[in-house]
Amino acid sequence: MIKHTRQKGIALAISLAFMTVACGDDTSSTTATTDKGSTTTQAAFEAGSTMARIKEAGTINVGVKFDQPGFGLKNPTTGEVEGFDVEMAKLIVAAIDPDVEIKFVEAVSKNREPFLQDGTVDMVVATFTINDTRKQVIDFAGPYFVAQQDIMVKADDDSITSVDDLNGAKVCTVKGSTSETNLLAKAPSAEVTLFDTYSQCAEAMTDDRVVAVTTDNTILAGLVDTSDGAFKLVEAPFSDEPYGIGVKKDDDAFRDFINDLLEETFDNGDWASAFESTLGQIGLKTPESPTVDRYTETPPAPPTTAAAN
Amino acid sequence: MDVVVDNVDVFALGMRTTVSLTLLSFAVAFVIGTVVAACRVSPIPPLRFVGALYVESVRNTPLTVLFVLFFFGLTKVGIKYGAFTTAIIVLGGYTGAFVAETVRAGINAVGRGQSEAARSLGLTFGQVLRIVVLPQALRTVVAPLGGLFIALIKNSSIASIIAVEELVFRTDDLGNDTAQVIPIYLGAALAYLALTIPAGFAIGLLERRVAIKR
Repeated sequence: MIKHTRQKGIALAISLAFMTVACGDDTSSTTATTDKGSTTTQAAFEAGSTMARIKEAGTINVGVKFDQPGFGLKNPTTGEVEGFDVEMAKLIVAAIDPDVEIKFVEAVSKNREPFLQDGTVDMVVATFTINDTRKQVIDFAGPYFVAQQDIMVKADDDSITSVDDLNGAKVCTVKGSTSETNLLAKAPSAEVTLFDTYSQCAEAMTDDRVVAVTTDNTILAGLVDTSDGAFKLVEAPFSDEPYGIGVKKDDDAFRDFINDLLEETFDNGDWASAFESTLGQIGLKTPESPTVDRYTETPPAPPTTAAAN
Repeated sequence: MDVVVDNVDVFALGMRTTVSLTLLSFAVAFVIGTVVAACRVSPIPPLRFVGALYVESVRNTPLTVLFVLFFFGLTKVGIKYGAFTTAIIVLGGYTGAFVAETVRAGINAVGRGQSEAARSLGLTFGQVLRIVVLPQALRTVVAPLGGLFIALIKNSSIASIIAVEELVFRTDDLGNDTAQVIPIYLGAALAYLALTIPAGFAIGLLERRVAIKR
């Protein structure tokens, strides 16, 4: 009978282990307190609004990238998430109430819309390009930044000088981004390879599996920066990528609030200093602040049929 | 689920790649598995050692790691295959280790008297294995081999990380293009069931047909 008991014990231990995993780690998150002072005079928020709810709760979940240098990158030594997106989130939350605690939740391209829809996060600031497909299911405040899609090639490659040269060429970008669509719109006969991360694209270019990598210049700048001179930017931007702040669909009060605040930070210099302390550090010049787009109607849905490539 | 219906053709493209990936790599796995199992039961110690080394090293390495090593790693030593070929080598080699263990179990299940009788008739080790033992061994392990086949259908999804455009790859891409991740992934689950359930039936049928009538 001793043997029997031991087997039960093992079974119990195994099932406990599974339960711990299941409960413990479904959303990795870190916390940060708002260190910026309040930028607006505190208004009493209308009862029932998202701002009032957040202020009442004293805590907010914000979806940011954890792996995007300059925008949202988890620092392995401190455990803090750092970057421009994180700074913008802190500015917005500070305007609701500087005492609100921010929980940063990792948002990857795939889960940004579901996280907003099911309320896992209250807003997403994660290099989230505003487009009509996404406007069907969520709404965007902003843009707070306009990136431009550019091309990265090997440093000794002078054959590619514009997006037209990518026709018929092997080009790499990642899944879950708008870069592929933009590329095929400008260079329809490009042979696209899609990986999960940009570092894999860089690896594939080192191995001569592809001749170019294309996505937002901000991301490419980071890759060029870490390549030790192996790669260079073509500097032939071919599309604008307006980054917006994702909020729940039809939460107009919250969206207006964020838009007002963004305009304020554009004017009072908070936006520029957030840029300089993050993206400025990886060699990007502070651009002109963008113009907030207060769209009022959901645009017609683009066809849901994806182009088979 | 409109978005799934609208994109049925994209799912179909992905399923086609998944099916060809599975069939080709299972063929590779079957050959590797049988050879390695033969090594492991052979009377020659170095062969037994090589067989055991293969099984233990491949079986105990995550598939994702093997994919990255074979796709990005081998190019660093001058060996370069396309993504689809790499996927067949990796999936075939990986599943081959499991097939080897399954076939070995089948060989051990064949009564000892069978091989002793064959040996006493003057057959060599190779002949005993080929003519007497393996035909019986394989029949007894149709069900577990079928399990490996179904696991392979699902494991083939990991090839998406090296940009093989199979079902999960297409699903990922669609999820982004349409911003409707949940319906698209439900569609992918249905697509996999459409492959695995008929595969299960076919294996059951095969098992009954080749069963040894005793």
